[in-house]
Amino acid sequence: MSHSTKNSHLSTTVANLKPSGIRRFFDLAANMDNVISLGVGEPDFVTPWNVIEASYHSLEQGYTAYTANAGMIELRQEISNYLKHRYFVDYNPDNQVIVTVGASQGIDLALRALINPGEEVIVIEPGFVSYAPAVTLAGGDPIIINTKPEHEFKLQPEQIEDAISEKTKAIILCSPNNPTGSVLTKEELIKIAAVIEKHDLIVLSDEIYAELTYDEDFTSFAFIKGMKERTILISGFSKAFAMTGWRLGYATGPREIIEAMVKIHQYTMMCAPTMAQHGALEALKNGQKSVLDMKKSYRQRRNFVVNSLKEMGLDCHLPGGAFYVFPSIKSTGLSSEEFAEQLLRKERVAVVPGNVFGSTGEGYIRCSYAASLKQLDEAMKRIKKFINEL
Amino acid sequence: MEEKELELLELLETNGRLEVETIATMMELTVNETKDMIEKLEKEYAILGYSAIINWSNVLEYEGVTAMIDVKVTPVRGLGFDKIAERIYRFPEVKAVYLMSGAYDLSVSVEGKTMIEISRFVSDKLSTLDTVISTTTHFVLKKYKHDGVIFDDDDEDKRIPVSP
Repeated sequence: MSHSTKNSHLSTTVANLKPSGIRRFFDLAANMDNVISLGVGEPDFVTPWNVIEASYHSLEQGYTAYTANAGMIELRQEISNYLKHRYFVDYNPDNQVIVTVGASQGIDLALRALINPGEEVIVIEPGFVSYAPAVTLAGGDPIIINTKPEHEFKLQPEQIEDAISEKTKAIILCSPNNPTGSVLTKEELIKIAAVIEKHDLIVLSDEIYAELTYDEDFTSFAFIKGMKERTILISGFSKAFAMTGWRLGYATGPREIIEAMVKIHQYTMMCAPTMAQHGALEALKNGQKSVLDMKKSYRQRRNFVVNSLKEMGLDCHLPGGAFYVFPSIKSTGLSSEEFAEQLLRKERVAVVPGNVFGSTGEGYIRCSYAASLKQLDEAMKRIKKFINEL
Repeated sequence: MEEKELELLELLETNGRLEVETIATMMELTVNETKDMIEKLEKEYAILGYSAIINWSNVLEYEGVTAMIDVKVTPVRGLGFDKIAERIYRFPEVKAVYLMSGAYDLSVSVEGKTMIEISRFVSDKLSTLDTVISTTTHFVLKKYKHDGVIFDDDDEDKRIPVSP
């Protein structure tokens, strides 16, 4: 890495960190009227009322103080029950569960707990924009694997082999994936697990979209034989329960690692917000019906959007999960950035250029279908018009 | 009932104007399968009609009053409550009738232009029925939510326009 400007007070690591490409589109779209946004990485639903009400109630009752560093034991117990019943993975709420400030903090804590300076972490692209910077900030070196469109952007086990060196410590997996919506099947996970075991890697499995799979049941990576001992399962309430602004997530894993994460957490964060923890407790106890209703609606909209994009002549695989479609816009002859910017300026539809999620996303755009059917319908008409007028 | 039929009914209940083609795509059915399913549900009187949800208080020209009336009745031998309910629901100003458990028997919802019009209906038509023992009339002051739809709901998108 090159050094920063001489007179800067900033750390070289931070100064050299690339700003997120999403930022520029945010600035562009934020200053325009009448924009339909398919550029949002969060549900369009408001948090279920019972969750909001439970959080109100906790505030009225005066629950405004810190909780235990690892999170309220009742909540950790509920998380443990939920993971056991929903995904058949068993964690001790006393020392294998930590409540975090969003899944994002879980990733940060895990990386900081694991990485020695110069160690490598494998990051898969197209992928969530924060993984590689989080590795760098933890003192590690991100090693990028570029997944391929012909594999629906799913990681192939042999790609891991190619990326491994003696410095490789861990790999970050994310299925269902943001931005591609691809879901790894159980069989695919088993093949990946074999390589991971062979090279003795730690896995950060970001399962934030686990509840949102549409064509087959989700398999947690920790459920694969032999993987629980080397997997940090990272998830949260944001996507499934429509609770993004609450900033509440959790991580579960081997006791040694979770306890190390709690150590960092207690010195840097103290605990996750108390009112959000009370809301999350209600979400786990009585929230499954809302999750299923939202999931049903996402599936219907996914089908609608994929069909509309195909009718326009855009190449697009049917994503099995999350709430994103990742169509190719190569046929238009435009780059991802050109497509997204011109679409925004001409037709006022915001999408995210695929290259923001890694260079291999060039030629693609991410459209979120976390928007009302009415908005999606109008957005599809506008995109069609945009393409026809190119 | 088949899961797909329930899904179709839920979709139509929220938006009766969805195009058959759109429904078909959303539900991963063919257009013909969807048409057949709708026809079947209409034939079985599962779908009775397609109507708009109107917030009349937002219609300036509209003047109207709604009352909910609790009615106690003596059931007729051999016919039970159904015959009495029919005597009541046949009046066009009656918008809904339910048989209730608890302190009274029938809950009757009536719409009229004025309070006087509704009072007349209660005193002249409803309470004069042989089987009616008593009525308690409650006038509706404001409608907040009806049939699952929140009136005056704020549907502004509060999310930032682009996020990872």
